[in-house]
Amino acid sequence: MLNTLVKQVDPNMYRYDEFDAQFVGERVEQFAGQVARRLSGELTEDQFKPLRLMNGLYLQLHAYMLRVAVPYGTLSSKQMRKLAHIARTYDKDFGHFTTRTNLQFNWIKLVDVPAILRELADVEMHCIQTSGNCVRNVTADQFAGATDEEIEDPRPLAEIIRQWSSLHPEFVFLARKFKIAVGACEKDRAALLYHDMAVQIVKNAQGRIGYKVMAGGGMGRTPYIAHVMSEFVEREDILAYLEAVLRVYNQDSRRDNIHKQRIKILINAIGPEEMRKRVAREFDEIKRAGTLQLPQDELDRITAYFAPPKFETGLSDEMPEAGTDFANWVKTNVSKHRAPGYAIATITLKTPGQVPGDATSAQMDIIADLMDQFSVGEVRVTHEQNLVLPHVRKKDLPAIYAKLKELDFAAPNAGLITDIIACPGLDYCDLANARSIPIAQTIAKKFENLDRQHQIGELKIKISGCINACGHHHAGHIGILGVDKKGVEFYQLVLGGSGAEDASIGEIMGPGFGEHEIADAVERVVNVYIAQRKDGERFLDTYRRLGMAPFKDAAYEKAAA
Amino acid sequence: MLTANRLRDGDVLYRKGSGWVLMLADADVYPDQASADAALAAATAETVRNEIIAPYLFEVREVNGKIVPVKEREIIRAAGPTVHPHTGKQAGQINA
Repeated sequence: MLNTLVKQVDPNMYRYDEFDAQFVGERVEQFAGQVARRLSGELTEDQFKPLRLMNGLYLQLHAYMLRVAVPYGTLSSKQMRKLAHIARTYDKDFGHFTTRTNLQFNWIKLVDVPAILRELADVEMHCIQTSGNCVRNVTADQFAGATDEEIEDPRPLAEIIRQWSSLHPEFVFLARKFKIAVGACEKDRAALLYHDMAVQIVKNAQGRIGYKVMAGGGMGRTPYIAHVMSEFVEREDILAYLEAVLRVYNQDSRRDNIHKQRIKILINAIGPEEMRKRVAREFDEIKRAGTLQLPQDELDRITAYFAPPKFETGLSDEMPEAGTDFANWVKTNVSKHRAPGYAIATITLKTPGQVPGDATSAQMDIIADLMDQFSVGEVRVTHEQNLVLPHVRKKDLPAIYAKLKELDFAAPNAGLITDIIACPGLDYCDLANARSIPIAQTIAKKFENLDRQHQIGELKIKISGCINACGHHHAGHIGILGVDKKGVEFYQLVLGGSGAEDASIGEIMGPGFGEHEIADAVERVVNVYIAQRKDGERFLDTYRRLGMAPFKDAAYEKAAA
Repeated sequence: MLTANRLRDGDVLYRKGSGWVLMLADADVYPDQASADAALAAATAETVRNEIIAPYLFEVREVNGKIVPVKEREIIRAAGPTVHPHTGKQAGQINA
């Protein structure tokens, strides 16, 4: 609950105007009517299913699951408290932050959904387009507006893309889902190259800001790294260009085969050069019509919502001293901020043994208090299932750390081997073949010794419970894919993937390991890296230098014995 | 055995006679494919009453005198998430 000493802060983020509020309100009442008609039998399940999916409502292994959109991962404290309230009132007191930076409730009753959607609308949130064959939640760099590495804050463009793609009449019945991400610096924290379409804010040779557009990346059954569609799109043309890409996809994609319906399949079938030609033709046509220019005043209007907070001046830029544990946390979880005396703090929801991405209502409430007290009322959800306080004064970091310790969210492990992405897997998901979370927990416990984690350094483990790859296993330095062999869970190792600016697709090692073998196999792989790495090499670098063979030999050694 | 979800709250149900129960241990085991198929056909026909959705059959076996699903998926569905033992049917959390 809100600490009486904490004053709720309204951060600088997009606020609904009257049209947004009306649109979401009407949509809630429309779906409330559809739920009532389903319960009365006026709608059959076949008729209702696509409607509920368009509103983020799935039927999972145990119950309905409701997926709440968190656009570009940005949440206000008010919204965080509302999510806590919903978890407490309508669910089993916890929620799950996902790799699409959304939040999922796992135990929702259909009869409660209209009330939940009304509660969400009260804080300018909804579940629209968090499922279905449409443009999904737009994601962005979680350090947006806070890092000095970016050309400009990517969130205004992400918000414009969100508005353009929400119930876009041409794109609500695409062949398959379509995911877009936006970044603004060379460092890629948003896995841009694994998206159906991605926009990177760039400067051209004349120093003009514009957009590099990539398309055709993706995970799933057939992983691909995105191809560059255009190195530089002018600001006013960006929506026209994105629309051109989507229009080509919508017209030319395979709708006859569910495994070939994503844009990555289209682009890699016709070739990126042919795709660029087709996009250029559409782009010219849209430009000639002149109907989809992004006016500078509209860009300015949206950008104003995301104006940087008024940073205090004269603050010391020295990191406070508060003991060894705090210093360890700073080493991994605190990043450089654009303003002197400020820092970016990553809260990993990954204390070894925890369910990656889960937070209870009490934890959400206290994080909301931390947001208000220390980070201008704002938090970011990351695709690595962590939270980020984007604007904190360095002098406040010891107090934040102390509070996170009480919450059991103070693990100093951001980017280390225990900071594991895991999809819900067979514990919750109707599509999963194997559990992901218990494997993440076992590996994290095995490597929980902090000295050992630091000795290993940056190592990203990502675990998926099926080939759909919600746990991003293709992009893991060490990826793990759960498979079903005659009703029993097995786990394949995938090495050498990266979801960062040096993106690569991991290589499958070979036959899977049993549930009780996989963590030991990972340890043997890590031991090869420790023994063979050169100075300064990350696991990924050593893998790229040595190839699969030594890691494979080590991984199967014990399993074969 | 035959399972489905309850429409109004999504709860997992198991077939017993011509009705439904919440716990796998209380449900019917069909001795052969023909009786299982007949039960599924009856349940599918019942979906027009808008009380249950998505009925399907799954395999079970007897282990130490107890009926247990063959697939891990159905074991977890019958009990609840293995990572949250305080939730689901394993914790007695059922909607009446």
